[in-house]
Amino acid sequence: MVRVDGRGDGNSLVRVRGLDKKYQRGSEEIHVLQGLNLDVDAGDFVAFMGPSGSGKTTLLNLLGGIDLPSAGSITVAGDEITHMSAAKLTQWRARHVGFIFQMYNLIPVLTAFQNVELPLLLTKLSTAERRQHVETALGIVGLMDRMHYYPRQLSGGQEQRVGIARAIVADPTFLLCDEPTGDLDRKSADEVMDLLARLVREHHKTVLLVTHDPVAAQRAQTVLHLEKGVLVEGQAAEVR
Amino acid sequence: MKYRHLIFANLLRKKIRTTLTLGSFAVALFLFGLLAVVRGAFNQGLEVAGANRLVVVNKVSIIQPLPISYLDKIARIPGVTLVTHANWFGGVYQDERNFFPQFAIEDQTYRQMFPEFIVPDDQWKAFIGDREGAIVGEDLVKRFHWKVGDRVPIKGTIFPGTWEFNIRGIYKGSRPQDDTTQFWFHYKYLEERQNLYRKGLVGWYTVRIDNPDNATRVAAAIDELFTNSPWETKTETEKAFAAGFVKQAGNIEFLLLSIGSVVFFTLLLVTGNTMAIAVRERMRELAVLKAVGFSDAFVLALVLGESLFLAAIGGGLGLALSKLFTLRGDPTGGMLPYFYLSPPAVILGLLAALAVGMVAGILPAWSAMRLRVVDALRRV
Repeated sequence: MVRVDGRGDGNSLVRVRGLDKKYQRGSEEIHVLQGLNLDVDAGDFVAFMGPSGSGKTTLLNLLGGIDLPSAGSITVAGDEITHMSAAKLTQWRARHVGFIFQMYNLIPVLTAFQNVELPLLLTKLSTAERRQHVETALGIVGLMDRMHYYPRQLSGGQEQRVGIARAIVADPTFLLCDEPTGDLDRKSADEVMDLLARLVREHHKTVLLVTHDPVAAQRAQTVLHLEKGVLVEGQAAEVR
Repeated sequence: MKYRHLIFANLLRKKIRTTLTLGSFAVALFLFGLLAVVRGAFNQGLEVAGANRLVVVNKVSIIQPLPISYLDKIARIPGVTLVTHANWFGGVYQDERNFFPQFAIEDQTYRQMFPEFIVPDDQWKAFIGDREGAIVGEDLVKRFHWKVGDRVPIKGTIFPGTWEFNIRGIYKGSRPQDDTTQFWFHYKYLEERQNLYRKGLVGWYTVRIDNPDNATRVAAAIDELFTNSPWETKTETEKAFAAGFVKQAGNIEFLLLSIGSVVFFTLLLVTGNTMAIAVRERMRELAVLKAVGFSDAFVLALVLGESLFLAAIGGGLGLALSKLFTLRGDPTGGMLPYFYLSPPAVILGLLAALAVGMVAGILPAWSAMRLRVVDALRRV
């Protein structure tokens, strides 16, 4: 159940209250988010839409703990992240967040396997255990046969699937996807959205997605629009 | 080390750039190695100087001789336990480029005075029994492919004529820095072929004293003994004597330090620039690492690790090359008999390379550490 009115029951996986974000551009102060509220339950698939500059990516960055709000609070799985130190926040991200980027952001000198393995290097898993986790993640995204390929040897869709495998390999609390289909053709975009939907449906992942693409947004259970710094509810759909 | 592939992969990203940077380190450390060898060659006398030995030379100049009659007088001074003498022969073997030092020595005391030079007893005995006998250093033997029993002609320059010698023994040094390029023969042989006015003269005396703490007192006593004589003396410790020789060649230390400093500073700029470019190119990747949970300290260590790895491999390569170069022996034809890259110089070189790697990497690593994930991801 997704709510934007600040009246969630307190059991939400993600709980945002009164979130403000201001930027200073020269002498001008830009108020991107203004008192934003959000409650997302575990297993939800939420798409954020809105015009360019509306603050979608900023919201995602704040939820992922890679940016700090000007005011308000964000609580994820019981952890209030807005007052965490930078070091704590880094540890928290490693445990709870899987990022999926528009430009894939794979490390070009590492193979698909090594890229997916990156988050696991922060754990105490043995080499064999890491291998098993990576193979499982690559199996979910259907790229077992490409594990030793470098990003330059993969198509855009395949690169994004490797990015998704990297995001899920450490079994994070939720996935934050910033325009994951923005750089892909329709067919590849559909494949990526199929995969995200399957992660929600079969693996009970919580996915928060920012997109400009209405077709992609329709795959989410809930579509929220960012308007004037606050979220308003859009159309809802079954996970397809 | 589960992160090593991250370092290797990044270094192999731009192979030409990595190779050139490694080459810069290798060339700089090769040069460092050679400078250390030259410094060592000049300072070799200082390193091997005995703490309990004094050198007595003519006060006017080292090329002026002293009378042999001083031997007994010096030996009687309290604190003196042994006295020997030697003459510089300055001969030429086959060609003037074949330089090596030849000394006419006092055969009863010279071996005792310099125990660091090891001569087998039977060979020394054979030397003593042959007026034309000679003892030669093992490096000299290798250089000219001599062996015991060979007859060696040397053309005198200070002492005219061609002098024939029989090689009766080969000495070794007990330490790596000992000079094993010398040629010793009997003072008596030199003396018997001298004309009358050059007889009874020696080049210098070497004096062993009972206690190094007495060096100043004994040296003063020797010089005082011969004050106002026709052959006044200048006595100093063997170390001071060797240092005086080094000074005659100019301020070698300053020269080598200057060259070394310029080389390392240039290397610092080259490596610093390389690392700065390498980090700037990878801002997004470093931001992604941070986003997935790698700490600021890890990113700092990753960049520094790359810089230090370059320094260690390039520096090690350069030092290995300079070591190989020295193994071929003195390339100057005998001017630098102690042509040896010592282990402390290798360690110093490696530490210097790592210091350059550290300094060159610290600014890019710091900027990578301070990188804000959001800003870096926003860049296209």
